[in-house]
Amino acid sequence: MALDIGGKTIATDEEGYLENLNDWTPEVATAMALAEETPVALNDEHWEIINFLREYYEEYQIAPAVRVLTKAVGKRLGADKGNSKYLYSLFPYGPGKQACKYAGLPKPTGCV
Amino acid sequence: MAKKFLYLNRKAPYGSVYALESLEVVLIAAAFEQEVSLAFLDDGVYQIAKGQNPKAIGMKNFSPTYNALGDYGITKMYVERESLAERGLTEDDLMPIVYEDEDDDYAEKPSVQVVSRMEMAQIMAEQDVTFSF
Amino acid sequence: MAMLHIVNKSPFERNALKSCLGHTSAGDSILLIEDAVVGALTGTVMAPELQVAMQDQAVAVYALGPDLAARGLSAERVLPGLQVVDYAGFVDLTVANEKTQSWL
Repeated sequence: MALDIGGKTIATDEEGYLENLNDWTPEVATAMALAEETPVALNDEHWEIINFLREYYEEYQIAPAVRVLTKAVGKRLGADKGNSKYLYSLFPYGPGKQACKYAGLPKPTGCV
Repeated sequence: MAKKFLYLNRKAPYGSVYALESLEVVLIAAAFEQEVSLAFLDDGVYQIAKGQNPKAIGMKNFSPTYNALGDYGITKMYVERESLAERGLTEDDLMPIVYEDEDDDYAEKPSVQVVSRMEMAQIMAEQDVTFSF
Repeated sequence: MAMLHIVNKSPFERNALKSCLGHTSAGDSILLIEDAVVGALTGTVMAPELQVAMQDQAVAVYALGPDLAARGLSAERVLPGLQVVDYAGFVDLTVANEKTQSWL
């Protein structure tokens, strides 16, 4: 599979994750969200989590498990955001999988 | 009832896939809420050495991931003193890995505990399950 | 709380057996399989350490017969006190010990 971003072809795996993590740009995230069966227009709340995940990956070199993500978001952004209800409302396909995909991260380890 | 799981690491990183595989299994197993601890002996102590940079050999530096283990509830990383000494290393050569203690107002505490060979043997004897890498 | 330690690498190439010997407790067993069986013989540099483990530290040492035979090593050449077992004996050891730990 592949994404077409302004004429540039970006390779993704069969689940839509980037083949090469260095290909990520904000436009890639936007395009991935719009390519969903039910297209998603990313808002500030989405971006807050996507950026958080990118920082987490930069620091620890892993995509966090959803339980760990929830806890870490709560610590950084407050308890009203560090809960699965909020995260699932933003990323209904699962905050681990969907948000990591938009953030250009690999699928969280242990996620099936 | 939670069982005690020990992940025993005895190989240096990058030369073989053992270290990375162990880390990935640990991250997966952490989801099962067992009592997980890690042991580093022999060349395994190099896995948590400071200042790793495998960029020029074309490999990913996975050493920062050990710092995330605290978030996964893994707070015990035993390192054998004799193994360090045999390699001319001290605790100062290891990454200062910490975890936040939820029961103590999230105070940062060291995850790494340097233990003697005898203590390591005792730690092994106390486990329910040991996975070797 | 007896433990069965399984070693499968030659002690002349890797330090697994040596490291294992440094972490056994009284009542534990060590089983040498695959290339590790070359460490079961008399006259090797490992022999003194294995004898100390068997005689002074109450550690039982075994070697897997099929692996000895495969390498042309006859059972007569193994250290006195070191027991040669077949596959059924291997299974018995895993049953007799509460836990198993591999030294890769």
